[in-house]
Amino acid sequence: MSDSTPTSTTGSSLVKRGLADMLKGGVIMDVINVEQARIAEDAGATAVMALERVPADIRAQGGVARMSDPDMIDEIIKAVNIPVMAKARIGHFVEAQILETLGVDYIDESEVLSPADYVNHIDKWKFTVPFVCGATNLGEALRRITEGAAMIRSKGEAGTGDVSEATKHIRTITKEIAALRHLREDELYVAAKELQAPIETVREVAATGKLPVVLFTAGGVATPADAALMMQLGADGVFVGSGIFKSGDPAARAAAIVKATTFFDDARVVAEASRGLGEAMVGINVADIPAPHRLAERGW
Amino acid sequence: MTHEGSPLTIGVLALQGDFREHLHVVSSLGEKAVTVRRAAELDEIDGLIIPGGESSVMDKLSRTFELAEPLKAAIASGLPVYGTCAGLIMLADRILDGMAGQQTLGGLDVSVRRNAFGSQRDSFEEDLDVPVLDGESVHAVFIRAPVVDEVGPLATPLGTLADGRVVAVEQGNLLGTSFHPEMTHDYRFHEYFVEKVRARRA
Repeated sequence: MSDSTPTSTTGSSLVKRGLADMLKGGVIMDVINVEQARIAEDAGATAVMALERVPADIRAQGGVARMSDPDMIDEIIKAVNIPVMAKARIGHFVEAQILETLGVDYIDESEVLSPADYVNHIDKWKFTVPFVCGATNLGEALRRITEGAAMIRSKGEAGTGDVSEATKHIRTITKEIAALRHLREDELYVAAKELQAPIETVREVAATGKLPVVLFTAGGVATPADAALMMQLGADGVFVGSGIFKSGDPAARAAAIVKATTFFDDARVVAEASRGLGEAMVGINVADIPAPHRLAERGW
Repeated sequence: MTHEGSPLTIGVLALQGDFREHLHVVSSLGEKAVTVRRAAELDEIDGLIIPGGESSVMDKLSRTFELAEPLKAAIASGLPVYGTCAGLIMLADRILDGMAGQQTLGGLDVSVRRNAFGSQRDSFEEDLDVPVLDGESVHAVFIRAPVVDEVGPLATPLGTLADGRVVAVEQGNLLGTSFHPEMTHDYRFHEYFVEKVRARRA
């Protein structure tokens, strides 16, 4: 900002984590073009995730999945007022540099794309733009936060429409946090070793009973009931990928999932939101996917 | 905090956004904090906070769940309301750069520009002088923040950036800030609001 004073600071943890706080209680929707982005915004999405292929298509078509074309991301940024997120491959810090230059509001270092580095994740502290990363358990979440992630989403199994992995991951994370609460101070050292996470972060989670950043859930959410389930299990909000634009009536389903996320604890609203939505995405049972093809196992 | 009389009941609009942070601030000031998602819940509160979040989502949900009209009526009847960020947009009479068809509740005679600073990488923290609050400057956190582009004759600016742009404003029982005091440990804006609520109840 040319007009800032010397006391003005950008890219601080407070500012990065703060945007995730503003997204809470909301639905972040995968979109592949301007038309879908507008439908998502109109339906009440708190943000959109711009990507070239939704996970269901990445899964069906195979091949290497990479960062989207900058032109497509630019068009979506111009088309909507809500925050725009985009995905970079795990460890691909140059894709992240490009996305930052484009002015996306959040970068998802995502297992849905093909990893670029099977050893290192991106050093996210080097960026002004905040990052969200996937996690299947508490240790993985804390390692990503240590690398600078300002938001965590449980991974689930993207592109399936099967919510069971999302359930497993959010339950695992919340259960592991609860377990830390009951440990004695001198037991936290071993807990940190087992979680493969720094003792300072483990102490903070044990003291507060929550992650130091916002926790969304993702991967397999396809119905209003799925979204409300995630919220009742303790998620701060939900990502919906293929579930909306692979369904029969995306606009209606998107709006219904937004309603169910806000009124997640009111079964009458969720029931009402579930009516007349047409066909949900067909989906694929996670149990039918051979382990090497499961996206959640990318990242560590 | 010590204060006279029984605790006030302060609602926080809980359709979407950082409402939990506001609930925490209200409780820590010794007042009773409740969530508001239904029109009937407005009858139970002495004041209301509209949190940060996405203003287009709050607009849509407040209309879908028939909360917008009762909220407008409550504001017109003098209910004290404090809006932060998206909440400021909701309280503005006029919105610039909003989503097509986006509506506000109104009440503050101002024009507010949505995302006035650019994308998230331009979000920032800065110290502000706010003369109505005693003591040192306010450390303000701006996240894809709006700015008050034009202050009408009925509204009063309370704080500006170094370049003169207005980021805090009041009008009678309404208070709005572009930034998020609920994300810091400086609750003077909330205290200032609670005083308005207490004065009205008295």
